[in-house]
Amino acid sequence: MASLRHERRIAADADTVWRVVRRPESIPEWFPGIVSCTVEGNLRVITTASGLEIPEEILSNDDALRHFAYRITAPQYSFHLGVIDVFQIAPGDSLCVYSTTAIPDTLALLIAGGTLGALDEIQRLAETSLVGS
Amino acid sequence: MLDRLASEGIRYERAQPTSVVCMPSRASMLTGQFASTHGAWMNGVPLAIDAPSVAETLHDAGYATALIGKAHFEPFMDPFGLYAENSLASLGVPTIEQDWFDGRRGVHRGFDYLEFATHGVMGALHYAKWMREQHPDAIRGFYQVVDADFNVNAAGGGDTNAPQVKYNAVPREWYHTDWVADRTIRWLEEQESDRDWFCWMSFPDPHHPWDPPKSEIGRVPWRDVPLPENYPRSASERESLLDQKARHWRLWYDGRLVSNYEAPAKWVPATMTSDQVREVNAMNAVEVELIDEAIGRVLASIERKGWGDDVDVIFTSDHGELQGDFGLLFKGPYHVDGLMRLPLIWRPARTTTPTPSVVHAPVSLVSLAATFLEIAGQSAPTWVEGAALPIDDDDASKRSFDATFTEWDSSIFGVDVHVRTVVTNDHLYTEYQPGTVHDGSEGELYVLSDDPLQRVNRFDDPATVSVRASLAEQLAAHESRPGDRATPGVLMAPV
Repeated sequence: MASLRHERRIAADADTVWRVVRRPESIPEWFPGIVSCTVEGNLRVITTASGLEIPEEILSNDDALRHFAYRITAPQYSFHLGVIDVFQIAPGDSLCVYSTTAIPDTLALLIAGGTLGALDEIQRLAETSLVGS
Repeated sequence: MLDRLASEGIRYERAQPTSVVCMPSRASMLTGQFASTHGAWMNGVPLAIDAPSVAETLHDAGYATALIGKAHFEPFMDPFGLYAENSLASLGVPTIEQDWFDGRRGVHRGFDYLEFATHGVMGALHYAKWMREQHPDAIRGFYQVVDADFNVNAAGGGDTNAPQVKYNAVPREWYHTDWVADRTIRWLEEQESDRDWFCWMSFPDPHHPWDPPKSEIGRVPWRDVPLPENYPRSASERESLLDQKARHWRLWYDGRLVSNYEAPAKWVPATMTSDQVREVNAMNAVEVELIDEAIGRVLASIERKGWGDDVDVIFTSDHGELQGDFGLLFKGPYHVDGLMRLPLIWRPARTTTPTPSVVHAPVSLVSLAATFLEIAGQSAPTWVEGAALPIDDDDASKRSFDATFTEWDSSIFGVDVHVRTVVTNDHLYTEYQPGTVHDGSEGELYVLSDDPLQRVNRFDDPATVSVRASLAEQLAAHESRPGDRATPGVLMAPV
């Protein structure tokens, strides 16, 4: 099992950052390489720019904790857990943490690589207030 | 064909890579910089999109520029389609929608024309797409490069069950070596006769997996292949040699540590038989023969276009392969000749009336970019770290070609390895920086005149104290060399 964590300090309130990521169907807006998705209940299927369709189960989406957790259910993954947490540091200052844990290890590395671009985009959207309520 | 190029041109007896794995080494060829400068410090770390490119400079000078075959400046494993190398085959058009495209750099990294291939038929590259569309039934003949865990596959094949060997039923004309040559010939035929051009024809082979067309493997019967000079016949000899080196050598051999992704995670070198070494090397030799013949076809097409006397040809490889040396296979942080001593030939244009020569001084692939520019009559930009290749030993002496540097940095799945090596006319000296299994005190020192196979590590030999100090100074000077360094890239994939 490999576990990788990327984080980003963002010049925006945590609630603003959370609004970027809290809607499961919004992921194509902030995760580079995810071009579309469908959401039915707690099941989400993302489609990547390389043409992969990856099914996911949403495990937690907690506004109070600003905590989003999901797992990829594709058979190539023996285990996957993706977690996004947003923490308030100070007014206009927050920390967004995107963690990836998976088996096989290689897939953790590949997914975590993508989350770096996601953090870039989450930061851009939050800091430019390009986010709805 | 390669023998002919060597006899007509300049053959470099000690050509070294800047890195012994693909991505950092190839990035050095493109940028003329060491990995610690261009920032693509290990496989899986993409070269920055705004990194310098010799192709861009040539493009700006009016050259038509092409890269056909293996590029690998960006990760192959790319589930989100983040990299242009993996997008171009699907887009089918220049990536002009990219914000870095300014209409001047060329389609990608200064190349006007790109068609990509790699080792096999998986992934998003042009060759894989072509095979899937044109010859889907032949795909199953290729070796499956990664296993179910997405690690480099350890599964064996052939007659000896050697790792990464498979008898491939694909017809020769559909194999990537001939595909790369065919596409190159087509591109050359389309060029204007009076326009200068620069073509990086990049065969994926010779490389694992060893799965050349089955129709061709009879060229080199593996049972007739001699064992490499540096293959220790007995387990005790292998273990004795490995125990002289830094710890990770023996740990890998015994299956106790796989320090890098390029070696199959589930393969233990100690299990390798001498017959497996013979079969791997036979398959490798077939791959080389096919490349030799493919180059011959391309050069014949150049002659047909009337350019035969005007073209400089440079032949090399981005890294070596252990091929049984020390009882090992594949590659990793093992800085010895098996991985570091490369073929390098420069056949200058006949119009320059070149004098054939053999250069014995150490030279580096970091010199390629400056060499390409010198051929084109362009001055080397300030970002180029290597000087143009010498044309003979006198030239090498006058221009102080007396040392080359090879770097290794890896950090994957909890294992960190950091290695620096300097090679001079007389010595090969390696220092291991602190990492997972090294504390920073380890090293290797080989006296090349007495020990050309690097079997006797004299790092701790009191008789070598002064030479070791001198070599350590050279490494320190390399580490602190002046110049701007790119921010080291981020590991995005294993390869």
